[in-house]
Amino acid sequence: MEGIINTENLIFEYSIYDENGDETGKNRVLENITLDIKEGGFVAVLGHNGSGKSTLAKHFNGILLPTEGKVLIDGIDSTDESRIYDIRQTVGMVFQNPDNQIVATIVEEDVAFALENLGVEPKEIRRRVDEALKIVDMYHYREHAPHQLSGGQKQRIAIAGIIAMRPRCIVMDEPTAMLDPKGRKEIMATIKALNKEHGITVILITHYMEEAAQADRVIVIDKGKILLDDVPKKIFSEVELLKSVGLDVPQATELMYDLRKSGVDAPSDIIDVDECAEFLFRLLSDKEQK
Amino acid sequence: MLKDITIGQFFPGNSIVHRLDSRFKIILDILYVVMLFVAGNFYSLAVAGVFMLIIYMLSNISFRLIFKSLRPIFPIILFTCLLNLFFIKGEGEPVISFGFINIYMEGLTTSLFMTIRIVFLIIGMSLLTYTTSPIALTDAIESLFSPLKKIHFPVHELAMMMTIALRFIPTLIEETDKIMAAQKARGANLDTGGLIKKAKALVPVLIPLFVSAFKRANELALAMECRCYRGGEGRTRIKQLKSGVKDYIALVIFAVVLAGVILLNIYIPILGL
Repeated sequence: MEGIINTENLIFEYSIYDENGDETGKNRVLENITLDIKEGGFVAVLGHNGSGKSTLAKHFNGILLPTEGKVLIDGIDSTDESRIYDIRQTVGMVFQNPDNQIVATIVEEDVAFALENLGVEPKEIRRRVDEALKIVDMYHYREHAPHQLSGGQKQRIAIAGIIAMRPRCIVMDEPTAMLDPKGRKEIMATIKALNKEHGITVILITHYMEEAAQADRVIVIDKGKILLDDVPKKIFSEVELLKSVGLDVPQATELMYDLRKSGVDAPSDIIDVDECAEFLFRLLSDKEQK
Repeated sequence: MLKDITIGQFFPGNSIVHRLDSRFKIILDILYVVMLFVAGNFYSLAVAGVFMLIIYMLSNISFRLIFKSLRPIFPIILFTCLLNLFFIKGEGEPVISFGFINIYMEGLTTSLFMTIRIVFLIIGMSLLTYTTSPIALTDAIESLFSPLKKIHFPVHELAMMMTIALRFIPTLIEETDKIMAAQKARGANLDTGGLIKKAKALVPVLIPLFVSAFKRANELALAMECRCYRGGEGRTRIKQLKSGVKDYIALVIFAVVLAGVILLNIYIPILGL
């Protein structure tokens, strides 16, 4: 129970209404989710559209409250309204569309937004804004207007706006979904730096397998239930199970899987390109020697 | 094409006029309007005009912009001018008589006077927007109106709304461009036809724009909540508005010129000029 986020038998459902406004039934989005997220980890949450992964993410900082069960953030129950700002300061959240997260017309004023809300002293705000902008490598753009920046840069500003609060955990809800490949790379590098260099717990909601493969732990959600929860190598060795719930595996893993099917003795735990290339190189040079 | 629209006509710079506290600039601008309306004769009006020209020179704003700011309100100036010209009846003989139209000497002077006053008014007001960024203006308005919080006037909320509107103008313009391109690609005809036809053709552009604006608002509210937004209470700002010696000096100069204008008003008629 010492993790930064704990959920116990979390159930979330919403009511369905007909045209007359009468309740006709309930739609259960999350079903008995029990999770324990350790501080300092890098957790990826995978699932196809409508699996409930975004709904789950919104429970991590009290945006949504459980219908049944409990969510504890650093030991605080998310239904405790008096401490909602402590919760939101502990767990920051970054969304998909960077344009819809930026409030101010100047980069540094936007990064300062959360601190202004918290009533931090102006001098301290200045210090923390500069620090946050340097962490995401956007310090040179501090006086630009958001609309002059690229998508990846805007998303990094949105991340800076969260880390200025100095949260212990950041939940990212598909932060790369609207970005081009270059922006995606920038964001993944930023996420990894936050996790490895600054010790911030990262929960990355994504449907890009290559991104999930970089995490320490992957949780696969399907129809509101936890389907798999393990290290990426183990998760992606379950190629058939993942495919059956409409998910893919990283391309390297897919290649190994196809090779195995056609009779080559390929390992099932290869998830990144380098490992894959090394294996193929060994395989081919062995053949040549024979 | 739509991207070329400039909102607020701010020209960044580092002149003394740019660096004045935006709250003071608003107050000084109001003082200038007062000055123009107090000015009762051509002499005092001339003083106000010269004063404005000196400030323009200090601000390093090109004089061409003066004409640019006047262009859109030219019809109003013309209307005022003609109205005064034709409808003021003097005591003496009409200077020009053309059928039922009689133009008197008084009409001529009043119309000239009014025109000059409006021109100065516009020039003075546009100097404020030329030298002050929209954000600084918003902050100044929030600060100047803050006493109204006592009577529960939502000052902070209004300022926040203005900031968000300013923030989203470029985003929505870009989106409008995209939607227009998309609708054109589907055969929408947006450029031809009369005014009514054109207005009707805009409906398929406006509906998706509205839907998307609502979606954006929803997401933005969520993001703001995640960043602990809870209204204006107990909020601090990264940039404090600071007033210094220069702002008070500017205020004194304005007060002196205003006094001069009032004196001219009183003494010129006495001297019989």
